[in-house]
Amino acid sequence: MQTFAYERPATLAEAVALLDAHGPDARVLAGGTDLVIRLRDGSARPRVVIDVKRIAELSPEIREHDGIVTIGATTVMTDLAESKLVRRLFEALAEAAAVVGSVQIRNRATLAGNICNASPAADTAPPLLVYGAVVVAAGPQGTRRIPISEFFVRSGVTALERNELVVAIELPVPTSRTGAAHLRRTRRRGHDLASVTVCCSVDANGVTRLSYGSVGPRPVLTVDESGVLADPTAADAAKAPILERMFADASPSKRSMRASPEYRLAMLRVLGSRAVRTAIERLASDAPVEE
Amino acid sequence: MEMRSIDIVVNGRGRSLEVAVHHTLLDALRDDLELTGTKECCLVGECGACTVMVDGRIVDSCLMLAVEADGAEILTVEGLAQDGQLSPLQQAFLDKGAVQCGFCTPGQLVAAQALLDGNADPSVPEIQEGLAGNLCRCGCYFQITEAVLSAAEGGHR
Repeated sequence: MQTFAYERPATLAEAVALLDAHGPDARVLAGGTDLVIRLRDGSARPRVVIDVKRIAELSPEIREHDGIVTIGATTVMTDLAESKLVRRLFEALAEAAAVVGSVQIRNRATLAGNICNASPAADTAPPLLVYGAVVVAAGPQGTRRIPISEFFVRSGVTALERNELVVAIELPVPTSRTGAAHLRRTRRRGHDLASVTVCCSVDANGVTRLSYGSVGPRPVLTVDESGVLADPTAADAAKAPILERMFADASPSKRSMRASPEYRLAMLRVLGSRAVRTAIERLASDAPVEE
Repeated sequence: MEMRSIDIVVNGRGRSLEVAVHHTLLDALRDDLELTGTKECCLVGECGACTVMVDGRIVDSCLMLAVEADGAEILTVEGLAQDGQLSPLQQAFLDKGAVQCGFCTPGQLVAAQALLDGNADPSVPEIQEGLAGNLCRCGCYFQITEAVLSAAEGGHR
């Protein structure tokens, strides 16, 4: 592997100062499941690697306070998938975290790393979009909050400045009853990235939020407030045109090796419809995950 | 080349090492500690041949820098046998023919041990999920699952 300098700051202020000093020559290391691969293949060539796992402010905590659940930047997928709080309030996010990579990957990969890597196939992106997550970023000027809908710019690019890093991800606790589901299509469980990754929520007010990834340069969020999609008694024929409009932002690349654009669009329709149905069922059953 | 000193516990024994910061935990285990049971294979976190336990959780040691392990407790395949006796899981791998070429076996064993540590009586789907990150190119998946089942609490099945 190429050589680099390694820094392990103990405080957020130190980390921000390092990022500010080294700019594009620095890379943040959290779980390393993407970065170490890129350090090895040379597609990332930082002079300094900043390991943020020993920073108290980024600790892997999941806590609820004042209607907001805060997930520390170094929280790994395993902890997210197993968290009773996340499973109760944000079931689809727990589902997405549980299908990222393998056990080995989930024990290292962080939620913050998943979104900062900004892969269009990131499995946690659709649920974060559906749940209206907010990214807390720290930089030399202090802390700012970036709505997740503005965070993903394009493949590999986020709204973060070079001298900013993610401190936590905040999720507002839903104010009305919500049912949600995450689904994905992949060639082989345990290794492959998603060919299509989908999340849907419906709430008691009839609002349906549908998000999908791996079918374009960035994950997409669409919202239906007509109440038709969320209505379990509405006919499929009434729902179909609404769903088609929601899928219209999909623009899968011809160059991806994982699946053809035609296959992805076909699977998006299947999984999208299925996610809507499952979300409706979960809202109706009103049976939260056992604690 | 930047070096760092790290303190780790490997298979119950405290070790102090000087490691290059761009070397992985896999490099440190194999080259510095000469624990060559852990295998290097895909180097992208897909095959699981380099699986070790770090503080009780399995990781791909090819994707973890050695410096990141500073202060951690590590279990490699060499730590499974006690006093020259194979662990029940290792014995089950032999008994069920779960070892063909053997290259993936160390990673399979460590991953399976972690699964059993957290779930004494896993179902077949739970075993398949727990070992989804470990590839076997000889195709011994059926035998590996059988071995884990027989080493589990309800191993009489």
